[in-house]
Amino acid sequence: MFPAFDSVGFVSPQKIAFEQPMAFASGATLPRYDLTVETYGELNAARTNAVLVCHALSGHHHVAGFYKDAPDPAKSEGWWDNLIGPGRPLDTRKFFVIGVNNLGGCHGSTGPSTVNPVTNQRYGSDFPMVTVTDWVRAQARLADHFGIESFAAILGGSLGGMQAMQWSIDFPERVRNVLAIAAAPKLSAENIGFNEVARQAIRTDPDFHDGHFYQYDVVPKRGLRLSRMLGHLTYLSDDLMGEKFGRSLKGEDYQFGFEAEFEVEKYLRYQGDKFAGYFDANTYLLMTRALDYFDPAQAFNGDLAAAFARSTAKYFIAAFTSDWRFSPARSKEIVSALLANKHDVSFAEIESVEGHDSFLMPIPQYHALLRATFDGIKV
Amino acid sequence: MSAYVRPDFDVVTAWVPQGASVLDLGCGDGELLARLQRERGIKGYGVEIDDAGVLKCLGRGLNVLQANIEGGLNLFDDGAFDVVILSQTLQATRHTEALVREVLRVGKSAIVTLPNFGHWSVRWQLGVGGRMPVSKRLPYQWYDTPNVHFSTIKDFDVFCVEKGIAVERRAALAGGHEVTFLPNVRGETAVFQIRGSATSKSAD
Repeated sequence: MFPAFDSVGFVSPQKIAFEQPMAFASGATLPRYDLTVETYGELNAARTNAVLVCHALSGHHHVAGFYKDAPDPAKSEGWWDNLIGPGRPLDTRKFFVIGVNNLGGCHGSTGPSTVNPVTNQRYGSDFPMVTVTDWVRAQARLADHFGIESFAAILGGSLGGMQAMQWSIDFPERVRNVLAIAAAPKLSAENIGFNEVARQAIRTDPDFHDGHFYQYDVVPKRGLRLSRMLGHLTYLSDDLMGEKFGRSLKGEDYQFGFEAEFEVEKYLRYQGDKFAGYFDANTYLLMTRALDYFDPAQAFNGDLAAAFARSTAKYFIAAFTSDWRFSPARSKEIVSALLANKHDVSFAEIESVEGHDSFLMPIPQYHALLRATFDGIKV
Repeated sequence: MSAYVRPDFDVVTAWVPQGASVLDLGCGDGELLARLQRERGIKGYGVEIDDAGVLKCLGRGLNVLQANIEGGLNLFDDGAFDVVILSQTLQATRHTEALVREVLRVGKSAIVTLPNFGHWSVRWQLGVGGRMPVSKRLPYQWYDTPNVHFSTIKDFDVFCVEKGIAVERRAALAGGHEVTFLPNVRGETAVFQIRGSATSKSAD
Protein backbone atom coordinates (compact mmCIF):
# COMPACT_ATOMS: atom_id res chain seq x y z
CA MET A 1 0.00 0.00 0.00
CA PHE A 2 1.24 3.50 -0.80
CA PRO A 3 1.61 5.53 1.29
CA ALA A 4 2.32 2.99 4.03
CA PHE A 5 -0.15 2.66 6.93
CA ASP A 6 2.32 4.32 9.32
CA SER A 7 3.21 7.17 6.97
CA VAL A 8 1.85 10.67 7.46
CA GLY A 9 0.59 10.22 3.90
CA PHE A 10 0.21 13.03 1.38
CA VAL A 11 1.19 16.41 2.71
CA SER A 12 1.39 19.96 1.45
CA PRO A 13 3.53 22.88 2.58
CA GLN A 14 2.23 26.25 3.71
CA LYS A 15 3.88 29.63 3.55
CA ILE A 16 3.62 31.83 6.62
CA ALA A 17 4.19 35.56 6.23
CA PHE A 18 5.94 37.58 8.93
CA GLU A 19 5.31 41.25 8.35
CA GLN A 20 7.61 42.53 11.07
CA PRO A 21 11.30 43.21 10.47
CA MET A 22 13.94 40.66 11.36
CA ALA A 23 17.27 41.83 12.78
CA PHE A 24 20.19 39.49 12.20
CA ALA A 25 23.24 38.87 14.36
CA SER A 26 25.34 40.47 11.61
CA GLY A 27 23.49 43.76 12.08
CA ALA A 28 21.57 43.41 8.81
CA THR A 29 17.77 43.47 8.75
CA LEU A 30 14.96 42.22 6.56
CA PRO A 31 11.74 44.27 6.47
CA ARG A 32 9.59 41.14 6.19
CA TYR A 33 9.97 37.45 5.41
CA ASP A 34 8.16 34.19 4.76
CA LEU A 35 8.78 30.80 6.29
CA THR A 36 7.64 27.67 4.51
CA VAL A 37 6.52 24.91 6.82
CA GLU A 38 4.86 21.52 6.92
CA THR A 39 3.03 20.10 9.88
CA TYR A 40 2.00 16.57 10.76
CA GLY A 41 -0.45 15.48 13.45
CA GLU A 42 -2.74 17.75 15.46
CA LEU A 43 -1.81 20.48 17.89
CA ASN A 44 -3.62 19.64 21.13
CA ALA A 45 -5.89 22.14 22.88
CA ALA A 46 -3.27 22.99 25.52
CA ARG A 47 -0.65 23.36 22.72
CA THR A 48 1.80 21.24 24.65
CA ASN A 49 2.51 18.50 22.11
CA ALA A 50 4.52 20.39 19.50
CA VAL A 51 7.83 19.06 18.20
CA LEU A 52 10.06 21.17 15.97
CA VAL A 53 12.34 19.35 13.53
CA CYS A 54 15.32 21.48 12.49
CA HIS A 55 17.05 20.72 9.24
CA ALA A 56 20.73 20.42 8.42
CA LEU A 57 22.80 21.87 5.59
CA SER A 58 20.68 20.96 2.59
CA GLY A 59 17.37 20.14 4.29
CA HIS A 60 14.03 21.88 4.31
CA HIS A 61 10.47 21.79 5.63
CA HIS A 62 9.47 18.59 3.80
CA VAL A 63 10.43 16.23 6.60
CA ALA A 64 7.84 13.50 6.20
CA GLY A 65 5.15 12.24 3.86
CA PHE A 66 4.71 12.53 0.09
CA TYR A 67 3.51 15.03 -2.47
CA LYS A 68 0.51 13.91 -4.49
CA ASP A 69 1.37 16.24 -7.35
CA ALA A 70 5.02 15.22 -7.64
CA PRO A 71 6.07 13.71 -10.99
CA ASP A 72 6.63 10.47 -9.11
CA PRO A 73 4.79 10.70 -5.76
CA ALA A 74 6.50 7.56 -4.44
CA LYS A 75 9.84 9.33 -4.79
CA SER A 76 8.72 12.56 -3.09
CA GLU A 77 9.23 11.29 0.45
CA GLY A 78 10.34 13.72 3.16
CA TRP A 79 13.97 13.59 4.25
CA TRP A 80 13.27 12.10 7.69
CA ASP A 81 10.14 10.18 6.76
CA ASN A 82 11.33 6.95 8.42
CA LEU A 83 11.10 8.65 11.82
CA ILE A 84 7.74 10.37 11.68
CA GLY A 85 4.23 9.00 11.35
CA PRO A 86 1.43 7.24 13.21
CA GLY A 87 3.25 4.43 15.05
CA ARG A 88 6.74 5.58 14.10
CA PRO A 89 9.26 6.69 16.77
CA LEU A 90 8.07 10.30 16.53
CA ASP A 91 4.41 9.37 16.65
CA THR A 92 2.04 11.83 15.00
CA ARG A 93 -0.90 10.41 17.00
CA LYS A 94 0.74 11.97 20.06
CA PHE A 95 2.76 14.87 18.69
CA PHE A 96 2.21 17.84 16.41
CA VAL A 97 5.35 17.95 14.30
CA ILE A 98 6.61 21.06 12.50
CA GLY A 99 9.18 21.09 9.73
CA VAL A 100 10.48 24.49 8.67
CA ASN A 101 12.70 25.73 5.87
CA ASN A 102 15.11 28.13 7.53
CA LEU A 103 15.66 31.74 6.54
CA GLY A 104 18.20 31.88 3.76
CA GLY A 105 16.94 28.58 2.40
CA CYS A 106 15.91 27.82 -1.14
CA HIS A 107 12.73 25.83 -0.63
CA GLY A 108 10.14 28.55 -0.22
CA SER A 109 11.31 30.51 2.80
CA THR A 110 12.80 33.94 2.17
CA GLY A 111 16.36 33.50 0.96
CA PRO A 112 18.92 34.68 -1.57
CA SER A 113 16.79 33.50 -4.49
CA THR A 114 13.76 35.52 -3.27
CA VAL A 115 13.03 38.80 -5.02
CA ASN A 116 14.02 41.74 -2.85
CA PRO A 117 10.93 44.02 -2.80
CA VAL A 118 13.15 47.08 -2.66
CA THR A 119 15.20 46.37 -5.79
CA ASN A 120 12.85 43.99 -7.60
CA GLN A 121 15.91 41.81 -8.13
CA ARG A 122 16.72 38.57 -6.35
CA TYR A 123 18.67 39.16 -3.14
CA GLY A 124 21.62 37.05 -4.23
CA SER A 125 24.66 37.84 -2.16
CA ASP A 126 22.85 40.86 -0.64
CA PHE A 127 20.86 38.48 1.54
CA PRO A 128 21.92 38.85 5.19
CA MET A 129 24.39 36.36 6.60
CA VAL A 130 22.38 34.00 8.81
CA THR A 131 23.46 32.36 12.05
CA VAL A 132 22.00 29.57 14.14
CA THR A 133 20.80 32.16 16.67
CA ASP A 134 19.00 34.03 13.86
CA TRP A 135 17.25 30.85 12.81
CA VAL A 136 16.23 30.10 16.36
CA ARG A 137 14.73 33.59 16.72
CA ALA A 138 12.80 33.16 13.48
CA GLN A 139 11.61 29.74 14.64
CA ALA A 140 10.45 31.28 17.94
CA ARG A 141 8.25 33.67 15.96
CA LEU A 142 6.93 30.66 14.12
CA ALA A 143 6.06 29.11 17.49
CA ASP A 144 4.25 32.35 18.39
CA HIS A 145 2.31 32.08 15.15
CA PHE A 146 1.04 28.64 16.20
CA GLY A 147 0.42 29.80 19.77
CA ILE A 148 3.04 27.37 21.06
CA GLU A 149 4.52 28.60 24.32
CA SER A 150 6.91 25.73 24.77
CA PHE A 151 7.91 22.84 22.56
CA ALA A 152 7.58 19.32 23.92
CA ALA A 153 10.78 18.65 21.99
CA ILE A 154 13.12 20.15 19.45
CA LEU A 155 15.01 17.68 17.35
CA GLY A 156 17.72 17.87 14.78
CA GLY A 157 20.74 16.13 13.29
CA SER A 158 24.05 17.80 12.49
CA LEU A 159 23.37 21.53 11.92
CA GLY A 160 19.78 20.76 12.98
CA GLY A 161 21.04 19.46 16.33
CA MET A 162 22.92 22.72 16.78
CA GLN A 163 19.66 24.65 16.42
CA ALA A 164 17.97 22.37 18.96
CA MET A 165 20.78 23.06 21.45
CA GLN A 166 20.72 26.79 20.73
CA TRP A 167 17.01 26.85 21.56
CA SER A 168 17.70 25.63 25.08
CA ILE A 169 20.31 28.37 25.47
CA ASP A 170 18.35 31.28 23.96
CA PHE A 171 14.81 30.29 25.00
CA PRO A 172 15.29 27.92 27.95
CA GLU A 173 11.65 28.26 29.03
CA ARG A 174 10.36 27.35 25.59
CA VAL A 175 11.77 23.84 25.09
CA ARG A 176 11.33 20.82 27.36
CA ASN A 177 13.36 18.22 25.48
CA VAL A 178 16.32 18.65 23.18
CA LEU A 179 17.41 15.85 20.88
CA ALA A 180 20.71 16.69 19.23
CA ILE A 181 21.99 13.94 16.96
CA ALA A 182 25.39 13.76 15.27
CA ALA A 183 26.09 17.34 16.30
CA ALA A 184 29.06 19.22 17.75
CA PRO A 185 29.42 22.19 20.08
CA LYS A 186 31.37 24.02 17.35
CA LEU A 187 33.24 23.23 14.18
CA SER A 188 36.87 22.18 14.21
CA ALA A 189 39.46 23.77 11.93
CA GLU A 190 39.16 20.73 9.67
CA ASN A 191 35.36 21.14 9.48
CA ILE A 192 35.73 24.83 8.58
CA GLY A 193 38.39 23.89 6.05
CA PHE A 194 36.02 21.54 4.23
CA ASN A 195 33.37 24.26 4.18
CA GLU A 196 35.84 26.75 2.79
CA VAL A 197 36.85 24.44 -0.05
CA ALA A 198 33.16 23.98 -0.88
CA ARG A 199 32.59 27.75 -0.86
CA GLN A 200 35.66 28.42 -2.98
CA ALA A 201 34.40 25.93 -5.53
CA ILE A 202 31.18 27.95 -5.82
CA ARG A 203 32.61 31.44 -5.56
CA THR A 204 35.33 30.87 -8.16
CA ASP A 205 32.88 29.41 -10.67
CA PRO A 206 32.74 31.97 -13.56
CA ASP A 207 28.96 31.59 -13.51
CA PHE A 208 28.74 32.78 -9.89
CA HIS A 209 28.90 36.51 -10.75
CA ASP A 210 29.51 37.50 -7.12
CA GLY A 211 26.26 35.87 -6.12
CA HIS A 212 24.09 37.70 -8.67
CA PHE A 213 24.06 34.92 -11.27
CA TYR A 214 20.26 35.04 -11.47
CA GLN A 215 20.51 38.27 -13.46
CA TYR A 216 22.66 36.47 -16.02
CA ASP A 217 20.32 33.50 -16.26
CA VAL A 218 23.06 31.09 -15.28
CA VAL A 219 23.78 28.85 -12.29
CA PRO A 220 27.28 28.14 -10.95
CA LYS A 221 26.70 24.45 -11.48
CA ARG A 222 30.33 23.41 -11.61
CA GLY A 223 30.98 24.94 -8.21
CA LEU A 224 27.85 23.51 -6.65
CA ARG A 225 28.67 20.12 -8.06
CA LEU A 226 32.19 20.16 -6.63
CA SER A 227 31.00 21.32 -3.23
CA ARG A 228 28.43 18.55 -3.08
CA MET A 229 30.95 15.91 -4.15
CA LEU A 230 33.27 17.06 -1.40
CA GLY A 231 30.42 17.18 1.10
CA HIS A 232 29.37 13.65 0.25
CA LEU A 233 32.86 12.36 0.87
CA THR A 234 32.76 13.79 4.37
CA TYR A 235 29.29 12.40 5.14
CA LEU A 236 30.28 8.82 4.34
CA SER A 237 32.79 6.59 6.06
CA ASP A 238 35.83 4.95 4.51
CA ASP A 239 34.41 1.56 5.50
CA LEU A 240 31.07 2.19 3.86
CA MET A 241 32.68 3.48 0.67
CA GLY A 242 34.90 0.44 0.63
CA GLU A 243 31.86 -1.76 1.03
CA LYS A 244 29.70 0.13 -1.44
CA PHE A 245 32.22 0.86 -4.18
CA GLY A 246 35.61 -0.54 -3.33
CA ARG A 247 37.73 -0.15 -6.47
CA SER A 248 34.96 -1.40 -8.74
CA LEU A 249 35.17 -0.18 -12.29
CA LYS A 250 32.28 0.71 -14.58
CA GLY A 251 33.91 -1.15 -17.44
CA GLU A 252 36.12 -4.18 -17.74
CA ASP A 253 39.49 -2.54 -17.54
CA TYR A 254 41.29 0.79 -17.17
CA GLN A 255 40.46 3.22 -19.98
CA PHE A 256 43.61 5.31 -19.43
CA GLY A 257 41.64 8.54 -19.33
CA PHE A 258 39.82 10.82 -16.90
CA GLU A 259 36.22 9.87 -17.44
CA ALA A 260 34.40 8.35 -14.46
CA GLU A 261 35.81 4.84 -14.50
CA PHE A 262 35.54 3.93 -10.85
CA GLU A 263 32.08 3.41 -9.39
CA VAL A 264 32.85 5.92 -6.67
CA GLU A 265 33.53 8.61 -9.29
CA LYS A 266 30.26 7.84 -11.00
CA TYR A 267 28.43 8.05 -7.71
CA LEU A 268 29.98 11.37 -6.71
CA ARG A 269 29.33 12.91 -10.11
CA TYR A 270 25.73 11.75 -9.98
CA GLN A 271 25.22 13.24 -6.50
CA GLY A 272 26.93 16.46 -7.58
CA ASP A 273 24.85 16.85 -10.73
CA LYS A 274 21.62 16.12 -8.90
CA PHE A 275 22.38 18.70 -6.24
CA ALA A 276 23.52 21.35 -8.72
CA GLY A 277 20.20 20.92 -10.49
CA TYR A 278 18.06 22.16 -7.61
CA PHE A 279 20.03 23.77 -4.80
CA ASP A 280 20.76 27.48 -4.63
CA ALA A 281 24.46 28.34 -4.55
CA ASN A 282 23.98 31.34 -2.25
CA THR A 283 21.98 29.23 0.20
CA TYR A 284 24.80 26.71 0.27
CA LEU A 285 27.26 29.47 1.10
CA LEU A 286 25.02 30.81 3.88
CA MET A 287 24.36 27.41 5.44
CA THR A 288 28.03 26.45 5.55
CA ARG A 289 28.88 29.83 7.08
CA ALA A 290 26.18 29.37 9.73
CA LEU A 291 27.92 26.10 10.62
CA ASP A 292 31.31 27.83 10.87
CA TYR A 293 29.96 30.59 13.11
CA PHE A 294 28.09 28.26 15.48
CA ASP A 295 29.83 28.40 18.84
CA PRO A 296 27.42 28.99 21.73
CA ALA A 297 30.31 29.04 24.20
CA GLN A 298 31.80 32.11 22.53
CA ALA A 299 29.39 34.47 24.30
CA PHE A 300 30.43 32.86 27.61
CA ASN A 301 34.21 33.24 27.38
CA GLY A 302 34.52 29.89 25.71
CA ASP A 303 32.78 28.10 28.59
CA LEU A 304 30.21 25.75 27.06
CA ALA A 305 28.89 24.73 30.47
CA ALA A 306 28.12 28.38 31.23
CA ALA A 307 26.21 28.61 27.93
CA PHE A 308 23.89 25.83 29.07
CA ALA A 309 23.50 27.15 32.63
CA ARG A 310 19.98 28.55 32.26
CA SER A 311 18.61 25.56 30.39
CA THR A 312 15.90 23.44 31.98
CA ALA A 313 15.48 20.94 29.15
CA LYS A 314 16.13 17.25 29.21
CA TYR A 315 18.68 16.24 26.58
CA PHE A 316 19.16 13.23 24.37
CA ILE A 317 22.53 13.34 22.65
CA ALA A 318 23.51 10.65 20.16
CA ALA A 319 26.48 10.07 17.91
CA PHE A 320 27.57 7.38 15.49
CA THR A 321 30.73 5.30 15.60
CA SER A 322 31.49 5.80 11.88
CA ASP A 323 30.82 9.56 11.84
CA TRP A 324 34.19 11.27 11.50
CA ARG A 325 32.74 14.64 10.54
CA PHE A 326 31.06 15.09 13.94
CA SER A 327 32.51 12.19 15.85
CA PRO A 328 31.17 10.79 19.16
CA ALA A 329 33.97 12.67 20.93
CA ARG A 330 32.38 15.95 19.79
CA SER A 331 29.01 14.90 21.21
CA LYS A 332 30.72 13.98 24.47
CA GLU A 333 31.92 17.59 24.76
CA ILE A 334 28.25 18.59 24.77
CA VAL A 335 27.40 15.89 27.31
CA SER A 336 30.22 16.98 29.57
CA ALA A 337 28.99 20.60 29.57
CA LEU A 338 25.46 19.44 30.38
CA LEU A 339 26.71 17.22 33.19
CA ALA A 340 28.64 20.13 34.67
CA ASN A 341 25.23 21.81 35.06
CA LYS A 342 23.63 18.63 36.43
CA HIS A 343 21.11 18.78 33.60
CA ASP A 344 19.12 15.71 32.67
CA VAL A 345 20.99 14.10 29.81
CA SER A 346 21.31 10.76 28.12
CA PHE A 347 23.96 9.90 25.58
CA ALA A 348 24.11 7.04 23.11
CA GLU A 349 26.99 6.01 20.90
CA ILE A 350 25.39 4.05 18.10
CA GLU A 351 27.16 1.45 15.98
CA SER A 352 26.85 2.33 12.32
CA VAL A 353 28.76 2.21 9.05
CA GLU A 354 27.01 5.09 7.28
CA GLY A 355 29.17 7.90 8.67
CA HIS A 356 27.62 11.31 9.30
CA ASP A 357 24.57 10.33 7.24
CA SER A 358 23.73 7.68 9.85
CA PHE A 359 21.38 10.08 11.60
CA LEU A 360 18.93 9.71 8.72
CA MET A 361 19.06 5.92 8.68
CA PRO A 362 16.52 3.66 10.41
CA ILE A 363 19.19 1.89 12.47
CA PRO A 364 17.21 -0.34 14.87
CA GLN A 365 19.00 0.63 18.11
CA TYR A 366 18.90 4.32 17.13
CA HIS A 367 15.22 4.34 16.32
CA ALA A 368 14.42 2.31 19.45
CA LEU A 369 16.22 4.96 21.54
CA LEU A 370 14.35 7.78 19.82
CA ARG A 371 11.08 5.95 20.33
CA ALA A 372 11.80 5.44 24.03
CA THR A 373 12.72 9.11 24.38
CA PHE A 374 9.58 10.37 22.65
CA ASP A 375 7.39 7.85 24.50
CA GLY A 376 8.72 9.22 27.77
CA ILE A 377 7.78 12.82 26.96
CA LYS A 378 4.66 14.01 28.73
CA VAL A 379 2.41 16.30 26.72
CA MET B 1 19.23 -8.96 33.40
CA SER B 2 18.80 -11.93 35.69
CA ALA B 3 15.47 -12.38 37.38
CA TYR B 4 16.72 -13.00 40.90
CA VAL B 5 16.50 -10.27 43.48
CA ARG B 6 19.75 -8.47 44.09
CA PRO B 7 20.27 -8.39 47.86
CA ASP B 8 23.09 -5.87 47.49
CA PHE B 9 20.53 -3.38 46.13
CA ASP B 10 18.85 -3.28 49.57
CA VAL B 11 22.11 -2.38 51.27
CA VAL B 12 23.08 0.18 48.63
CA THR B 13 19.64 1.77 48.86
CA ALA B 14 19.92 1.98 52.63
CA TRP B 15 23.38 3.55 52.44
CA VAL B 16 22.64 6.22 49.82
CA PRO B 17 21.57 9.44 51.55
CA GLN B 18 18.24 11.01 50.70
CA GLY B 19 18.50 13.42 47.78
CA ALA B 20 22.12 12.51 47.00
CA SER B 21 23.66 12.96 43.58
CA VAL B 22 24.54 9.49 42.36
CA LEU B 23 26.55 7.98 39.52
CA ASP B 24 25.90 4.29 38.88
CA LEU B 25 28.74 2.78 36.86
CA GLY B 26 27.72 -0.29 34.93
CA CYS B 27 24.07 0.44 35.68
CA GLY B 28 22.71 -2.37 33.47
CA ASP B 29 18.99 -2.00 32.90
CA GLY B 30 18.75 0.79 35.48
CA GLU B 31 16.89 -1.18 38.14
CA LEU B 32 18.98 0.15 41.03
CA LEU B 33 18.98 3.72 39.74
CA ALA B 34 15.20 3.67 39.31
CA ARG B 35 14.82 2.34 42.84
CA LEU B 36 17.13 4.99 44.27
CA GLN B 37 15.10 7.69 42.53
CA ARG B 38 11.88 6.24 43.88
CA GLU B 39 12.98 5.49 47.42
CA ARG B 40 15.76 7.99 48.07
CA GLY B 41 14.85 10.88 45.78
CA ILE B 42 18.30 10.94 44.27
CA LYS B 43 19.48 12.84 41.20
CA GLY B 44 21.28 10.20 39.22
CA TYR B 45 23.09 9.17 36.09
CA GLY B 46 23.93 5.69 34.92
CA VAL B 47 26.81 4.64 32.73
CA GLU B 48 26.35 1.54 30.64
CA ILE B 49 28.10 0.17 27.56
CA ASP B 50 25.54 -2.41 26.48
CA ASP B 51 22.95 -1.30 23.89
CA ALA B 52 20.08 -3.22 25.48
CA GLY B 53 20.85 -1.78 28.92
CA VAL B 54 20.99 1.78 27.57
CA LEU B 55 17.65 1.31 25.86
CA LYS B 56 16.01 -0.10 29.02
CA CYS B 57 17.33 2.81 31.07
CA LEU B 58 15.99 5.32 28.57
CA GLY B 59 12.65 3.50 28.64
CA ARG B 60 12.58 4.03 32.42
CA GLY B 61 13.19 7.73 31.90
CA LEU B 62 16.63 7.57 33.51
CA ASN B 63 19.68 9.60 32.57
CA VAL B 64 22.00 7.10 30.97
CA LEU B 65 25.32 7.64 29.28
CA GLN B 66 26.65 5.03 26.91
CA ALA B 67 30.34 4.70 27.60
CA ASN B 68 33.01 2.29 28.65
CA ILE B 69 33.66 3.08 32.30
CA GLU B 70 37.32 2.25 31.85
CA GLY B 71 38.31 5.56 30.33
CA GLY B 72 34.80 6.99 30.37
CA LEU B 73 34.96 9.02 33.59
CA ASN B 74 36.59 12.03 31.95
CA LEU B 75 33.03 13.22 31.30
CA PHE B 76 32.74 14.03 34.99
CA ASP B 77 34.27 16.77 37.11
CA ASP B 78 36.12 16.15 40.37
CA GLY B 79 33.74 15.55 43.27
CA ALA B 80 30.71 15.78 40.95
CA PHE B 81 28.75 13.13 42.87
CA ASP B 82 27.93 12.41 46.49
CA VAL B 83 28.03 8.68 45.80
CA VAL B 84 29.43 6.62 42.95
CA ILE B 85 28.13 3.07 42.78
CA LEU B 86 30.04 0.13 41.36
CA SER B 87 27.51 -2.63 41.75
CA GLN B 88 28.91 -6.00 40.68
CA THR B 89 31.03 -4.17 38.14
CA LEU B 90 34.55 -3.90 39.51
CA GLN B 91 35.35 -7.59 39.11
CA ALA B 92 34.66 -7.26 35.37
CA THR B 93 37.08 -4.38 34.84
CA ARG B 94 40.64 -4.75 33.69
CA HIS B 95 42.38 -1.79 35.27
CA THR B 96 40.76 -2.07 38.64
CA GLU B 97 43.02 0.19 40.65
CA ALA B 98 42.93 2.98 38.07
CA LEU B 99 39.16 2.78 37.99
CA VAL B 100 38.84 2.97 41.78
CA ARG B 101 41.04 6.09 41.70
CA GLU B 102 38.80 7.64 39.04
CA VAL B 103 35.70 6.71 41.02
CA LEU B 104 37.07 8.40 44.12
CA ARG B 105 37.98 11.44 42.05
CA VAL B 106 34.46 12.03 40.72
CA GLY B 107 32.66 10.81 43.85
CA LYS B 108 32.89 12.10 47.40
CA SER B 109 32.35 8.46 48.35
CA ALA B 110 31.77 5.17 46.58
CA ILE B 111 29.76 2.06 47.24
CA VAL B 112 31.31 -1.06 45.77
CA THR B 113 29.60 -4.44 45.70
CA LEU B 114 31.56 -7.56 44.81
CA PRO B 115 31.00 -11.27 44.64
CA ASN B 116 33.01 -12.76 47.52
CA PHE B 117 35.44 -15.31 46.17
CA GLY B 118 36.16 -16.32 49.77
CA HIS B 119 32.71 -17.87 50.23
CA TRP B 120 32.86 -21.41 51.57
CA SER B 121 31.21 -22.92 48.49
CA VAL B 122 33.80 -21.30 46.27
CA ARG B 123 36.56 -22.63 48.52
CA TRP B 124 34.92 -26.04 48.45
CA GLN B 125 34.48 -26.22 44.67
CA LEU B 126 38.00 -25.06 44.00
CA GLY B 127 39.77 -26.66 46.99
CA VAL B 128 38.08 -30.04 47.04
CA GLY B 129 36.34 -30.33 43.66
CA GLY B 130 39.33 -28.81 41.85
CA ARG B 131 37.06 -26.83 39.52
CA MET B 132 36.48 -23.12 39.12
CA PRO B 133 33.35 -22.32 41.09
CA VAL B 134 29.95 -21.78 39.48
CA SER B 135 27.08 -20.61 41.64
CA LYS B 136 24.01 -18.40 41.66
CA ARG B 137 26.17 -15.34 42.38
CA LEU B 138 28.99 -16.46 40.10
CA PRO B 139 26.97 -18.05 37.34
CA TYR B 140 29.68 -18.12 34.63
CA GLN B 141 31.98 -20.85 33.43
CA TRP B 142 35.68 -19.95 33.46
CA TYR B 143 35.76 -19.64 29.68
CA ASP B 144 32.84 -17.26 29.24
CA THR B 145 32.95 -15.12 32.35
CA PRO B 146 33.02 -11.33 32.06
CA ASN B 147 34.77 -11.33 35.43
CA VAL B 148 38.50 -10.88 35.19
CA HIS B 149 39.43 -9.90 38.74
CA PHE B 150 38.18 -12.06 41.56
CA SER B 151 38.68 -11.03 45.14
CA THR B 152 37.60 -11.99 48.61
CA ILE B 153 36.29 -9.57 51.22
CA LYS B 154 39.68 -9.75 52.90
CA ASP B 155 41.46 -9.02 49.60
CA PHE B 156 39.46 -5.86 49.06
CA ASP B 157 40.12 -4.75 52.63
CA VAL B 158 43.85 -5.22 52.13
CA PHE B 159 43.66 -3.43 48.76
CA CYS B 160 42.03 -0.43 50.45
CA VAL B 161 44.63 -0.31 53.24
CA GLU B 162 47.51 -0.54 50.76
CA LYS B 163 46.06 2.14 48.50
CA GLY B 164 45.19 4.51 51.32
CA ILE B 165 41.45 4.19 50.76
CA ALA B 166 39.23 4.57 53.82
CA VAL B 167 36.62 1.84 54.26
CA GLU B 168 33.70 3.52 56.00
CA ARG B 169 31.27 0.64 56.06
CA ARG B 170 31.23 -2.94 54.95
CA ALA B 171 28.58 -5.64 54.86
CA ALA B 172 28.68 -9.28 53.84
CA LEU B 173 25.46 -10.74 52.52
CA ALA B 174 24.24 -14.30 52.22
CA GLY B 175 20.79 -15.41 51.21
CA GLY B 176 19.60 -11.81 51.29
CA HIS B 177 20.75 -11.21 54.86
CA GLU B 178 23.77 -9.61 56.38
CA VAL B 179 26.24 -12.00 58.00
CA THR B 180 28.54 -10.73 60.72
CA PHE B 181 30.14 -14.00 61.87
CA LEU B 182 32.94 -15.19 59.55
CA PRO B 183 31.85 -12.82 56.76
CA ASN B 184 34.72 -13.78 54.46
CA VAL B 185 33.61 -17.41 54.58
CA ARG B 186 29.86 -17.04 54.77
CA GLY B 187 29.29 -13.90 52.66
CA GLU B 188 28.27 -14.39 49.05
CA THR B 189 28.30 -10.70 48.24
CA ALA B 190 30.27 -7.91 49.83
CA VAL B 191 29.28 -4.26 49.98
CA PHE B 192 31.87 -1.59 50.80
CA GLN B 193 31.49 2.12 51.25
CA ILE B 194 34.84 3.76 50.60
CA ARG B 195 36.30 7.23 50.52
CA GLY B 196 39.65 8.51 49.28
CA SER B 197 41.71 9.57 52.30
CA ALA B 198 44.11 12.50 52.52
CA THR B 199 47.14 10.20 52.36
CA SER B 200 45.95 8.53 49.19
CA LYS B 201 45.48 11.91 47.52
CA SER B 202 49.00 13.06 48.31
CA ALA B 203 50.38 9.73 47.12
CA ASP B 204 48.90 10.18 43.61
